Amino acid sequence: MTWALPLPVVVPLVAAALATAGDHLLPRRLGDAIGVAGAAGGFAFSLVILLASEKHTQLTWFGGWKPRGGAAIGVAFVADPLGAGLAALASGLVLASILYSWSFLRDAGRPYDVLMLLFGGAMAGFALTGDIFNMFVWFELMGVAAYALAGFEVSQVGPLQGAINFAVSNTVGAYFILTGIALLYARTGALNLADIGHSLAGHRPDGLIIVALTLLVCGFLIKAAVAPFHLWLADAHAVAPAPVCVLFSGVMVVVGLLGVTRCYWTVFDASLAPQAHDVRSVLVALGIFTALLGAVMAFLQRHLKRLLAYSTISHMGIALVGVALLDERSLGGAADLLLAHGLLKASLFLCCGILLVRFEDIDELRLHGKGRALPVLGVMFGLGAVALSGLPYVGTYLGHAQIDEGAALDGIDWVQPLLMIAAGVSSAAILRAGARVFLGWGPTSDPLLSPEPSESPPERSASMPALLGVTAVVLVLGLAVSVAPGLGQRVEQAAGRARDRIAYVDRVLRSRETPSPRPPVAIEATTTDSVLYGIGGVVIALGLALVGLYRRRLPELVLGPLRAALGPPIALLRAAHSGVIGDYVAWITVGTAVVGGVWALLLRR
Amino acid sequence: MTRRVRIGLFLPALAGFGALLVWAYTGIPSFGDYQGPYGFVLEKISAPLRHMDNVVNATTYDIRGIDTMGEEFILFAAVIGVVLLLRDDAGRSQDVEDDIGSDVVRVFGTLAIGAAILVGLWLVANGFVTPGGGFQGGVAIASGGLLLYLVAGYREWSAFGNETVLDPIKAIGAGGYVVIGLAALVGGLPFLTNFFGGGDIGTVWSGGSAGFVNWSAGIEVAAANVLLFSEFLEEYIVPIARGS
Amino acid sequence: MSFLPYAVAAWVCIVGIYGIVTSRNLIHLALCLTVMQSSTYLLLLAIGYVKGGGPPIYKGVKLGTKSVDPVVQALTLTDIVVSVTVIALILALALDVHKQAGTVDPDEIREMRG
Repeated sequence: MTWALPLPVVVPLVAAALATAGDHLLPRRLGDAIGVAGAAGGFAFSLVILLASEKHTQLTWFGGWKPRGGAAIGVAFVADPLGAGLAALASGLVLASILYSWSFLRDAGRPYDVLMLLFGGAMAGFALTGDIFNMFVWFELMGVAAYALAGFEVSQVGPLQGAINFAVSNTVGAYFILTGIALLYARTGALNLADIGHSLAGHRPDGLIIVALTLLVCGFLIKAAVAPFHLWLADAHAVAPAPVCVLFSGVMVVVGLLGVTRCYWTVFDASLAPQAHDVRSVLVALGIFTALLGAVMAFLQRHLKRLLAYSTISHMGIALVGVALLDERSLGGAADLLLAHGLLKASLFLCCGILLVRFEDIDELRLHGKGRALPVLGVMFGLGAVALSGLPYVGTYLGHAQIDEGAALDGIDWVQPLLMIAAGVSSAAILRAGARVFLGWGPTSDPLLSPEPSESPPERSASMPALLGVTAVVLVLGLAVSVAPGLGQRVEQAAGRARDRIAYVDRVLRSRETPSPRPPVAIEATTTDSVLYGIGGVVIALGLALVGLYRRRLPELVLGPLRAALGPPIALLRAAHSGVIGDYVAWITVGTAVVGGVWALLLRR
Repeated sequence: MTRRVRIGLFLPALAGFGALLVWAYTGIPSFGDYQGPYGFVLEKISAPLRHMDNVVNATTYDIRGIDTMGEEFILFAAVIGVVLLLRDDAGRSQDVEDDIGSDVVRVFGTLAIGAAILVGLWLVANGFVTPGGGFQGGVAIASGGLLLYLVAGYREWSAFGNETVLDPIKAIGAGGYVVIGLAALVGGLPFLTNFFGGGDIGTVWSGGSAGFVNWSAGIEVAAANVLLFSEFLEEYIVPIARGS
Repeated sequence: MSFLPYAVAAWVCIVGIYGIVTSRNLIHLALCLTVMQSSTYLLLLAIGYVKGGGPPIYKGVKLGTKSVDPVVQALTLTDIVVSVTVIALILALALDVHKQAGTVDPDEIREMRG
């Protein structure tokens, strides 16, 4: 199967080139067909590779440049199930977005499809590669395509502001990553992940290693929209078209977390394994902070896409906790969580797109009650929101349960209620918005929520059944994640393989591999604790949504102190999320310096 | 956040960040002491195995060719992005009347265009022998294309420097790279294998299929740069010509 | 003396980031981003330097002669292309902002916030 390994990247890229070359020569429909074929081909091959990678990690050396004397010379694609899974998710969501956009953005023109294909191919490349500089190249391709897609609706200042904030923040992150790569190259003289890990094995970490860790992690966390590096995400989502937001929230941020995971387990684990708990504590703290911050900010939004973007940030925080716990269960949980979240969030964004087409607005308050004309959409929206809150055996529940269990095994179960609160609050925001739009509950004005510029609708005559169809498929897939038989065990095993540096080095540099046993195919059993936390999340979500809608009915005795207590922090949060790029990069610097400083103190021995 | 708060938070952080960088850099082998095996291994094998004198280009187009392929597409995507962002809904103005300038400009400009394009082509062709290669040569060729604006004026220029002409060229350059890689795949070899092996070392024909890759990169870079320039130029010229 | 190139690389990075955060003009901001990117080229090329080494071009030169690291040069080539493309995008965005809002001061563009 190794011949298929470059194809999830190559097929979309060549389709993009073909579509551009033929743009003015071939009929329009043929160009569309090439675009869909490219996305479908990429997806098909990524599934093939995923299935093959479960038996053996797939490996190919580009140009035939195999390692000599145990050292890598060429660039390799190394597909283990975790990476192959992300490549499949990316390709699949790109295909869904292109199909949705056929109706949604009919006049978008060739550049839109081409940028989508490049975006998808780059994400697949990032997930599959085994070379750290190659990761950077795909990271940048993904970034450039994304910046162009974010600035797509250029008729207003809002989209431009969002695109600039996005481009500058992520570019700063990319160059942090590059500096980290340079440092590792200076120490080890290698660019292949396995090679670097092999060279660093057993050496005590010094300033260079610690700062390389900081720069790489912080660079990737900027992409993953983890606080305080997250400020650009909401801006970018607010302005990009809905199918593009699907890709941003569903896969692009996940790429950042995969970057952290891959770099830690193949490279830094070699040197930092004895001090893993120090690495862990910083990242877990960031994760919890992000989860809670994102949830609160989501609650303060009335622009639906911005609200969903903050919910994404919150879930990325939860997933970071899963990654940061550095054990197999939690990493598997993070992967399951992100899979379900990606699909569910995608369906919610696609619902927003339909709202935009039908009612030409995306503001929760202005859409008050209008959604009653679209009951099917309302049901889908509600299901997506509830599934994100952690309802047992639906949607993100599996991931939450695995992370909770991992935390309990590591002895830090106090994170479990915090994660439940975060999931509950962010879902409360979505439920509140859904109730206001689709049920007409709550008042039509709410000073708590920040007004944002409106969005112009893309295409008036979009085919509603087509849009609803794609949305429904994605939603059902997302709901099913928690009950897919055997998924939990397989993902955990994939996580285990991703953590196994020795096996990775053996496979890549010496072509030796131990085949892994097939796990049993059954629905994962979870503990009662997890079930309780899941129910707790839903209760919080429903309750807080109602409070959000009807809080004016609360007695002044409750409302007064609440307002006094929460007012200043909310004002502070708002001030920090100012929309000004200078502030954002200042926060990035502060975050990186703090993370680096803490690790410098903890990891130096 | 006011500027004052921002700077107040930022300056200490920047100092800390700088300290971290310096601390990290003290761990690098001192300047001139490069030890790492990767570069030395490549230097030893490029000439014997691939008959390429220029090890940098052997690395760029053959050994690490997949990086360059990604980079081609980054350029491709960015140019599409710029065209998208700067598109004028009123369409390209065809009635821009501008002075071409003196005959001296025209004569020497034409000579300069010829020189630039020739130098560019030479740089690309000799990529594996001397410093140069697709990127450098492509930019030189593009500069010849840009000189055309000086020589011919905006209206003549826009007959050439527009998307309809340049998009296919750009796409063929980028796509060609991938197709060459796929050709190896079809032949049962890993993607992007150099399947002609080595030509005569020290000549233009050394490099095998990496030579074609080199050319496709050069074509794409040239077309992309000309298109970029034309987009920005249009933003500048059209308002002036319309008198706004 | 042997640390100087790295110190310069660190300084250039700091200056670039400072420029981005304190910028009052989007064009200036894009160029400060370029400055920050240039610090990585400096770092890479300094890492690859071999004292007494010549360029890694072997035309007419005996194989095995000391030369500097070719890999970092290839990496820097790639990075230059990447940074040029990103800067082109950001400059295009800045142009558009000026067309729409009449200003290029990032502090004044606060359409979206909170």
